[in-house]
Amino acid sequence: MTFVAATGRAFLVLLEATGALAIFTASALSHSVRPPFYPRLILRQMVDIGYYSLPVVGLTALFTGMVLALQSYTGFARFQAEGAIATVVVLSVTRELGPVLGGLMVAGRIGAAMAAEIGTMRVTEQVDALTTLSTNPFKYLVAPRLIAGLTMLPLLVLVADVIGVFGGFLIGVYRLDFNPASYISRTWEYLEAVDVISGLVKAAVFGFLIALMGCYHGYRSRGGAQGVGTATTNSVVSASVLILVTNYLITGIFFSTK
Amino acid sequence: MPDSTPSQPAATPKIRLRGVRKSFGPKHVLNGVDLDVGTGESLVIIGGSGTGKSVLLKCILGLLEPDGGRIEIDGEDTTHLRPRDRERVMRKFGMLFQGGALFDSLQVWENVAFGLIQGERMGRREAKDIALRKLAQVGLGKEVAELFPAELSGGMQKRVSLARSIATEPEIIFFDEPTTGLDPIMSDVINDLIVKCVRDLGATAVSITHDMASARKIADRIAMIHQGRIVWQGHASEIDRSGNAMVDQFVHGRADGPIQMEILHP
Ligand SMILES: Nc1ncnc2c1ncn2[C@@H]1O[C@H](COP(=O)(O)OP(=O)(O)OP(=O)(O)O)[C@@H](O)[C@H]1O
Ligand SMILES: [Mg+2]
Repeated sequence: MTFVAATGRAFLVLLEATGALAIFTASALSHSVRPPFYPRLILRQMVDIGYYSLPVVGLTALFTGMVLALQSYTGFARFQAEGAIATVVVLSVTRELGPVLGGLMVAGRIGAAMAAEIGTMRVTEQVDALTTLSTNPFKYLVAPRLIAGLTMLPLLVLVADVIGVFGGFLIGVYRLDFNPASYISRTWEYLEAVDVISGLVKAAVFGFLIALMGCYHGYRSRGGAQGVGTATTNSVVSASVLILVTNYLITGIFFSTK
Repeated sequence: MPDSTPSQPAATPKIRLRGVRKSFGPKHVLNGVDLDVGTGESLVIIGGSGTGKSVLLKCILGLLEPDGGRIEIDGEDTTHLRPRDRERVMRKFGMLFQGGALFDSLQVWENVAFGLIQGERMGRREAKDIALRKLAQVGLGKEVAELFPAELSGGMQKRVSLARSIATEPEIIFFDEPTTGLDPIMSDVINDLIVKCVRDLGATAVSITHDMASARKIADRIAMIHQGRIVWQGHASEIDRSGNAMVDQFVHGRADGPIQMEILHP
């Protein structure tokens, strides 16, 4: 009986959390598309997400591309398929690794910062103060972050795609002695628009989820420094899990095998 | 329904509370608060620490949802407002939070001008002029305006917060412990400022304070809250002959009396 009760309780908690998140998402969305908008705040978030994440995302992409080339060479050499390396690198980076690794890095960098900032504002009553000054916290705090996340992640991932392919190129040419021109033509040969586009769609969804999780957990934080700490951790963990799950779902939609 | 407070004007009170209740889990903070505040009146709420004074203000503002009872602003029931109506009612209010609640990512003057720029869509330059004037009223000069809240002392933050709460000249202003953490002279300057807001702007003010000197100076009426209820209210001049043992104990600051602090003696 206690097992049933415990299961039931856990289920109720899950249900409540899902409901709370659904309500939060609905009002965040509805406030994001209705005025007033805050262009200065949107711009600041865009710079924060897009520009200041470039180094970490670029570095991730560079080494991912390099390691892909190296790994697929040692593997493919066993059945004389070294020629496929350029294709493997570009497809893996644009379809999967660019958006997923980029998304995970940004979740750690931006999602955490959002949760910490909004969480601190929450526990020091700054969010309440916004309301008393006739400013809707959803419009002022949440909407700019969602808009910036949604728009900047695709741009970041586009840059990451280029850098990742370049990383593969570096290894291919300088370490594995491919001819530069043929490596580049191999890269283009089998690349289709849908490969890049699916990656960018993923990036947009991930950017939205990262910002949503950061805002949601920050907005709900209670207590003091400890509550903000928990919110920060939760935002990163939940964003990462959501990225992995939605990545699978979106891949399924774009490249269904039927 | 007969009015229980004899000094009330017959007109609709600015704020009217009936049976307001609020609990946090098993903890009952407000147990049926009845209170009227007339237009242009300055009410001071006194009461022990943790008796729910701040919670009461937040319920009136709609920042916390009361579990029961009725809250009317200008005769309008505000307990179940739609978001748009809530925003309209909120424009009537200014609030000084107990902890200041200054926006730490904005400069001091931007904090003070926030309600003007965001709420009333005023131009930044014009809003800055007003902000500087309000800062001067609370004894803070131009050099402070460009600083960030974290660079100020606690008392200075409080004064910035006060300037922010009155910048839009709202109809109703709540001051949650406006003089706590200020030196006695600055406290009196702030008291004067509050009195001036009520008198010159015709604002309705509700202040919370533990400082009886301040209460005597700014209050038209004083209400005492204890165990989630208003246990006494009356004209400020009646505070010394309230005939209420709890009020006497509070006013004179005695440890012995009907109010027992929950202190465990080892
Ligand atoms: N968000 C909250 N969650 C849970 N309990 C709360 C919350 N806010 C206030 N309380 C509880 O409500 C009670 C009243 O709090 P409140 O802040 O109103 O006290 P107060 O009368 O303003 O005291 P003080 O004079 O010390 O500021 C406290 O016991 C507090 O623990
Ligand atoms: Mg308080």
